[in-house]
Amino acid sequence: MDWALFWEWLIKSLVVIFTLLGGFAYLTLYERRLLARIQVRIGPNRAGPQGLLQPIADAVKLIFKEELTPARVYRAVFFLAPVVTMVPSIVIAAVIPWGTSFTLGGRTITLYLADINVGVLYLMSVASIAVYGIVMAGWSSNNKYAMLGGLRSSAQMISYELTLGLMFVVAILMGNSMRMIDIVEAQGEMWFGVIQPIGFLLLFLTTLAEVNRHPFDMPEAEQELTAGYHTEYSGMKFALFFMAEYQKMIVVSMIGASLFLGGYREFWFLRDTFLSVDRAWFLGPVYLFAKVIVLLGVMIWVRATWPRIRYDRLMALGWKIFLPLSLYLVFVTAIGIILEAYWLITLLSVLGGLVAVAVIYVDLRRKYYARA
Amino acid sequence: MVQIEEVTLDQLRHLVSERAVHGETMLLNMGPQHPSTHGVLRLLLELDGEIIVNCIPDIGYLHTGIEKNMEAKTYQKAEVMTDRMDYLNPMGNNLAYCMAVEKLVDLDVPPRAQALRVILVELQRIASHLVWIGTHALDLAAMSMFMYAFREREQILDIFELVSGQRMMTTYIRPGGVWRDVPVEFEAMVREFVRTFPKRVDEYEALLTRNPFFLDRLLGIGRLSKEKALQYGVSGPILRASGVEWDLRKKRPYMGYEQYDFNVPVRTEGDNYARFLVRVQEMRESLKIIEQALNKLPMGPVRSNNRKFVPPPRSEIGVSMEALIHHFVLWTEGFKAPKGAIYSAVESPRGELGVYLESDGGTKPYRIHMRTPSFENLFVIAELARGHLIADLVAIIGSIDFVLGDIDR
Repeated sequence: MDWALFWEWLIKSLVVIFTLLGGFAYLTLYERRLLARIQVRIGPNRAGPQGLLQPIADAVKLIFKEELTPARVYRAVFFLAPVVTMVPSIVIAAVIPWGTSFTLGGRTITLYLADINVGVLYLMSVASIAVYGIVMAGWSSNNKYAMLGGLRSSAQMISYELTLGLMFVVAILMGNSMRMIDIVEAQGEMWFGVIQPIGFLLLFLTTLAEVNRHPFDMPEAEQELTAGYHTEYSGMKFALFFMAEYQKMIVVSMIGASLFLGGYREFWFLRDTFLSVDRAWFLGPVYLFAKVIVLLGVMIWVRATWPRIRYDRLMALGWKIFLPLSLYLVFVTAIGIILEAYWLITLLSVLGGLVAVAVIYVDLRRKYYARA
Repeated sequence: MVQIEEVTLDQLRHLVSERAVHGETMLLNMGPQHPSTHGVLRLLLELDGEIIVNCIPDIGYLHTGIEKNMEAKTYQKAEVMTDRMDYLNPMGNNLAYCMAVEKLVDLDVPPRAQALRVILVELQRIASHLVWIGTHALDLAAMSMFMYAFREREQILDIFELVSGQRMMTTYIRPGGVWRDVPVEFEAMVREFVRTFPKRVDEYEALLTRNPFFLDRLLGIGRLSKEKALQYGVSGPILRASGVEWDLRKKRPYMGYEQYDFNVPVRTEGDNYARFLVRVQEMRESLKIIEQALNKLPMGPVRSNNRKFVPPPRSEIGVSMEALIHHFVLWTEGFKAPKGAIYSAVESPRGELGVYLESDGGTKPYRIHMRTPSFENLFVIAELARGHLIADLVAIIGSIDFVLGDIDR
């Protein structure tokens, strides 16, 4: 075995893991500060300059908290659930490319961990595992609120996984490959999110549901189910759920950025300038980071503003609006590719999106007048 | 293994349906510690999946014996207890109590004091509705709304602090008038609030009124028909959202409300959204009243000149023997109220707040009972929640807008 290769992989894995762990810590700070800005508050700014040490203080607090195991829980499942939730959220990041490659001491070092030729399928399958953790936590906790949270989570997963998968299909069709790197490289000329804006929006909304973020945070729904599936968890076990949620937020932002916003690629009109990643490899991670920050900012903004959608309405939305719309988008994309007319994809997808909005509007209107 | 004592289902048999006894439906205890029961309300829910079959409210977790305590205090000293009942409406509680005492002993209130009372009570109504809109939106997880509402509430509490020295437990309105005249900055502060607030309400409406997520959560949920509303004896915005035009400020004017020009918003749908619209509109109407009252705020004394019931001003005590005696008697023994019983009611932000006061001729109330609006309003919850989801129950709780301090007293 080539030891240099071993060390390369080891170092790259550690970089991914620590990026996610550190990213999680600072994402909580980012969220709290941004929420505070939106809500005319200041936010945590005591620990360190601008509150930069706040995540460390939080971590220390969580580690030293008492861990409580309630009576009559199913112990094995209760202990396993946070692990099952946590591991996929890190593992999934393996296939996401964060740059091209550079040469160091005669070796070409690529800026991605694994180059699987079915990378998108890997994303799909690993992303779905995490829901088991939530269901297990809900079921084993011996708590009715937790159980309701777990049930909601599985129902939500079934409703949204299909749309998510179909949006992956759209990206696969346009990139003409299942390799993440091919899909990203194919966006050098034009981002898929510009060609297929509704597809990107749909992917963003379904990833919100995938990571249980507001307004689709049914399984937790603190106003309804106190804390949902992690009601009975405390200390580090709770922290694992917490970490998993925020790491998944980062990861799905990376996926969204890679599939529709050009991943580590620059803006398409900067292609032949010195800002291109073809000229400067180190700009790749920077671009990806910037896109992830923007997407995370939108997630937080949504959380600050919108009310939560109701559980049954969420499923109705998933099955009755999102699924037909996503099937339509796949169809439109395929047609556009066969005819080699990308403008047609944009036009038809925006039209489809408008129809979907009109359907929601008519439904609300009907509800509004039906009650008088 | 820890031993857990369980309540047997037989003990609950009279409350829940037969299906719960067979284990077909699930019983869920919601509260008294729960993020959206607004205090310490406990609800026993019988659930079929997530659909509510039965909802049984259980109150009493905040009982502090205020009514009984008041019987042991003189009429003036008992007033401080009223602040603590409906803690979102201390000014209104003071007003209700003082009006009852004034009616009992037949005490006059000078016009300036009346206008000041109206301004403060209407400010209090806005403050209370602000807490409602904030918590209601927070229950539906629109969390920023809460902070925006509290920013405006802060302005009102600053005004209260200016006039009474306290932000919440004001005891500013006293039998026979108010504690003392308002400071000179008062008018400017209220005018500033009146100037800025309409824009803020527009902002709230921009954020919520047409928001599809918000509409989806409120439209058609928790419908209360006119007949049911009257049967349950609900009052306030809930009654008006069900199509009954009943506002004591219009129907039984007190404190000179008849001089002010304002509308009573009424909706006929009786669902959560109607209640939302009614309360938002009420904030705008209250603002109109404040502006009018401020424009025609008369000069003059703020306390009745009847020295048998109202303590003399501080300046007189040093020079007048009679004033000193009155002062001494009023603050030690208190005044004697004639024998009798009266009922007097005001329109609080939550509905009809009535005070039943009975006197045996002594210096302390023989019996005092508050007809608090939250108590009557709460019990429609069983009617409203049946057949809806848990998520809707949270919305219904928010739109009923009860205060547990008001219910349990």
